[in-house]
Amino acid sequence: MFWNKEIECINRDELETLQSQRLQFMLHRMYNNVPFYRKKFDELGIKPEDITSVKQLSQLPFTYKTDLRDNYPFGLCAVPQQQIVRLHASSGTTGKPTVVAYTQHDLDVWSEVIARSFTMAGVGNADTVQVAYGYGLFTGGLGAHYGAEKVGASVIPISGGNTKKQLQLMQDFASTVIACTPSYAAFLGETIVSEGILNNIKLRVGVFGAEPWTEEMRQYIQNTINIKAYNIYGLSEIIGPGVSMECECQNGSHIYEDHFIPEIINPETGEVLPEGELGELVFTTITKEALPLLRYRTRDLCTLTYEQCACGRTLARMGRIVGRSDDMLIVRGVNMFPSQVETVLLELSETTPHYAIIVDRENNLDTLEIHVEISEQYWTDEMKELDAMKKKITHALSNILGLNPAVKLVEPNSMQRFEGKAQRVTDRRKL
Amino acid sequence: MIIKQLSIFLENKLGRLTELTKVLAENDINISAFSIAEGTDYGIIRCVVGRPELAYKVLRDLHFSVTITDVACLVVPNQPGGLHTALEILSKNNIAIDYMYAFASAHNAVVVIRSESTPKLIEVLQQHNFDMLCCEKIYQNH
Repeated sequence: MFWNKEIECINRDELETLQSQRLQFMLHRMYNNVPFYRKKFDELGIKPEDITSVKQLSQLPFTYKTDLRDNYPFGLCAVPQQQIVRLHASSGTTGKPTVVAYTQHDLDVWSEVIARSFTMAGVGNADTVQVAYGYGLFTGGLGAHYGAEKVGASVIPISGGNTKKQLQLMQDFASTVIACTPSYAAFLGETIVSEGILNNIKLRVGVFGAEPWTEEMRQYIQNTINIKAYNIYGLSEIIGPGVSMECECQNGSHIYEDHFIPEIINPETGEVLPEGELGELVFTTITKEALPLLRYRTRDLCTLTYEQCACGRTLARMGRIVGRSDDMLIVRGVNMFPSQVETVLLELSETTPHYAIIVDRENNLDTLEIHVEISEQYWTDEMKELDAMKKKITHALSNILGLNPAVKLVEPNSMQRFEGKAQRVTDRRKL
Repeated sequence: MIIKQLSIFLENKLGRLTELTKVLAENDINISAFSIAEGTDYGIIRCVVGRPELAYKVLRDLHFSVTITDVACLVVPNQPGGLHTALEILSKNNIAIDYMYAFASAHNAVVVIRSESTPKLIEVLQQHNFDMLCCEKIYQNH
């Protein structure tokens, strides 16, 4: 099923013309409205009118997550505040969040790409969609919400967590579609089976994203509760979920190239790699009004193919995300950086900045353990003080991370010291 | 009358305690009293040893987290009510106890007590004719 067949099956030459026009328009807006980009262009001696085709994209500079942070909160916005109708935020590499702004048109585009995505998964107005992504600053919940409404589905905005209620409404409202992180889907699936309610549920489709997952995980979820599980990809900087989506062929995710131009680059050199090679995914937004981004480095590693899909779509497909070119971790759908942990530990005088982060998956739910070294002068021989210290550290970490880590105090000086690049993260999840 | 107690922070790891006792044995350090406060992922070992200064130095050199804490070693008769009499005095004198551990022999029992104010605790108990183990009874001759 297609939501916008004209675009989704567009002739690639026509697509290139459309992209080039939109790119030009966006470059002019960036140059005129965003001092950050004007400065970059001027430094490189490039004028917006010099770029007439998407083929010239590689001549343009990259944008990094740190650029968003350095221009916090609205420095990269290309429209006046009066035109901004929505703000979302995700965790940044240090204390400050990454802010993304939307105009009404941006929200319309977002609903459109998510409507395409739900339709791609065979979801329509006869469906009841249970949105179990978190609602709020995180783009997952509201993004899926508006797209599901656009296709005319009945939407249950239940948000994440509260498994008991999820299962009750799933049965009472006869949900046919569930949208959440794959790890939560696996957990819900297991609970459905262990509660013996599999026969009472009507789920047939899952739209899962916000964290990388494997083909094995897909098979596991599909087999546990007998649904078809689709991958949806996105990142808030580009728009949120709905940058790309899998079709029924489950063979790569279709990127909505009429809005987002993908490139795969060598993360070390920045050089654009040939089709099919593994590298870092880079996006240029060509219709975004509030926060247009030029060659944004996602840090996600994957491949791209432009081969037409068996479903008929001509849009480029990206393979599974196989890793990151930075140290970001996605735990229970929440982005976190080791540097955030370090910042907290340095702020607390009781701890040293020597730590270890251990991420694992138990019963399909991510676990986060942080080993913390207490500084020599703060270590006491009284249990109650050590316990209080542990509580304080846990509290400070959960405040910044938005996750509840299991903190383990370890002996002063027991943590490995690194002379070169520190290896502080152990990710035992099999991705 | 103040006795130097060693406190050692140990992770709950198989063999970690043995590493500690090995160091003490190899350095000819006798353990007179010993207790473990047990947490979920770490424990605190508290012990009274024959050569506290030496023990502190060798353990520190081997990167153990060790501190020295002042405690009192109170001698009470090994009979019903022996401990009670002493504790009642402390309580009447508003002396709070952080932790304690005890061991008994034929006639007497010895209680290792850590308080916020160990010197005051010793003073009060001595006024009531309680015995304290002194350093010479515990520490080894060099």
